[in-house]
Amino acid sequence: MKNIALAEESRFDVDSLRREFPILARTVHGKPLAYLDNGASAQRPLAVIEAVDNYERRHHANIHRGVHTLSQEATALYEAARDRLVDFIHARSRHELIFVRGTTEAINLVAQSYARPRLVSGDEILITHLEHHANIVPWQMLCEQTGATLVVAPIDAHGDVSAEAIESLMSERTRIFACAHVSNALGTVLPVKRLVAAAKARGITTLIDGAQAISHMPVDVQDLGCDFYAFSGHKLYGPTGIGVLYGREAVLDRMPPWQGGGDMILTVSFAKTTYNSLPYKFEAGTPNISGAIGLGAAVEFLSGIDLAGAHAHEHALLDYATASLSKIDDLRIIGTAKAKASLVSFVVKGAHPHDLGTILDEQGIAIRTGHHCAMPVMEFFKVPATARASFAFYNTFEEIDRLSAAILRAKSIFD
Amino acid sequence: MELNDLYRDVILDHNRNPRNFGVLEPADASVEGFNPLCGDRLTVRLKMADQTIEDIRFEGQGCAISTASASLMTEAVKGKSRDEALALFTRIHDLLTDDDASSDDLGKLAALSGVREFPARVKCASLCWHTLASALQSHEPQALPAVSTE
Repeated sequence: MKNIALAEESRFDVDSLRREFPILARTVHGKPLAYLDNGASAQRPLAVIEAVDNYERRHHANIHRGVHTLSQEATALYEAARDRLVDFIHARSRHELIFVRGTTEAINLVAQSYARPRLVSGDEILITHLEHHANIVPWQMLCEQTGATLVVAPIDAHGDVSAEAIESLMSERTRIFACAHVSNALGTVLPVKRLVAAAKARGITTLIDGAQAISHMPVDVQDLGCDFYAFSGHKLYGPTGIGVLYGREAVLDRMPPWQGGGDMILTVSFAKTTYNSLPYKFEAGTPNISGAIGLGAAVEFLSGIDLAGAHAHEHALLDYATASLSKIDDLRIIGTAKAKASLVSFVVKGAHPHDLGTILDEQGIAIRTGHHCAMPVMEFFKVPATARASFAFYNTFEEIDRLSAAILRAKSIFD
Repeated sequence: MELNDLYRDVILDHNRNPRNFGVLEPADASVEGFNPLCGDRLTVRLKMADQTIEDIRFEGQGCAISTASASLMTEAVKGKSRDEALALFTRIHDLLTDDDASSDDLGKLAALSGVREFPARVKCASLCWHTLASALQSHEPQALPAVSTE
């Protein structure tokens, strides 16, 4: 197993890629850092750090205002970042790409600006059982506001969804279908293209939460056909506090602004305000300029590496981790869907996830422990929490060996 | 920062074999504590005789620190007066958060002092104590809202 895996690794140059991520060279408690918490937040390459630094040192000013040089440079950098992201997700135009704080804000924007004026009592919003809280709570709030009902499609014992079951829940009253592209707690990859097509055929508006997918697979929003696609920059090797809401232009055009303020208007008088055009209509106030520039640099960095090789490497890591952890007695992998992204959620009998997290940290290994903001998933599997190792292309097979060894050490403490 | 200091033998023993674990019926006070960060959840039930803790039991699911702390707590406060138990709550709170706090005379509870080197774990150890304090301040069973560490 190991030899095959190492052969796989050798085709993809992990070592030189790791050098692009300065933080990976640090130690934690005297041990080399093994950063296996990429599902929570990925690390930044030098390209991102330097782009942000360069902006802060040389170009910072407010954007879309002022004729002075710095303001024009800052505006150009910010808008260039938007164009890079448009290309990255294959949106039709820059009108369709709205900068937001992150996935959470994007979903709230859609719930409040798109759905709230349209939904009435008795309408239904369809989600799945494996959603992150960010794709549950905004819809629950909307249900309280409109009298709509939240309908939840089931998952099976593997953490898989059934496309047929979801489609059978798309009723005449379903107005919105919102689901994760990849489950953050289980790793399940959902058949979103098929589900979007089914929803579309019934006239249902679709939103895909791409927070966990965007770093693991190519995303083409036109090919997916969804109305909205949301993701966060910091899971894509960019800064925190910046993310993207993609919306189909025809849909965005019909939506009122979400927040009012500067930059989202053309003219303001006390009698009437006219709104700015897309995408600015949805970007009230001074945005996270350096964040957007950093995120633009992240996707430029990704376009310069062997991304297909990187994704294949992540899959090899997933297979290796699944095989390695499966060999550990009393360890149960939570989430064994047929199609998975590169993360493994697990529980170990006798060793609570929180204790595992501390013991692994002492070995320099960073994993996430807890309910992963997916309490309904924990409830379904009847566990209070899980430990989760989530991989990026800069992770190595050796780090997974260290993970296995540290879990065995934790078991020996509690046995 | 030493793992051995966190997972001392007393802690591991009480995690493996928690004392006073289970339901107490009838109880004079019953309060649920919840740590939303990690999902730890426990219920502390008290039987009071006058102002004294005649019996105490806890149940729930939590990490080793949370379970051991609750187990040690039940042993320590059984038979103590309400005021003595609340005074002990204050001492343990100090022990978990203040580097200068003394663990003298605390007996087995001194094992909890290792937790303060692990700030992310302090709430694991303190959850049951906050839950106990809340229960002690209640006369009416089931009357209090759940305690949260957040």
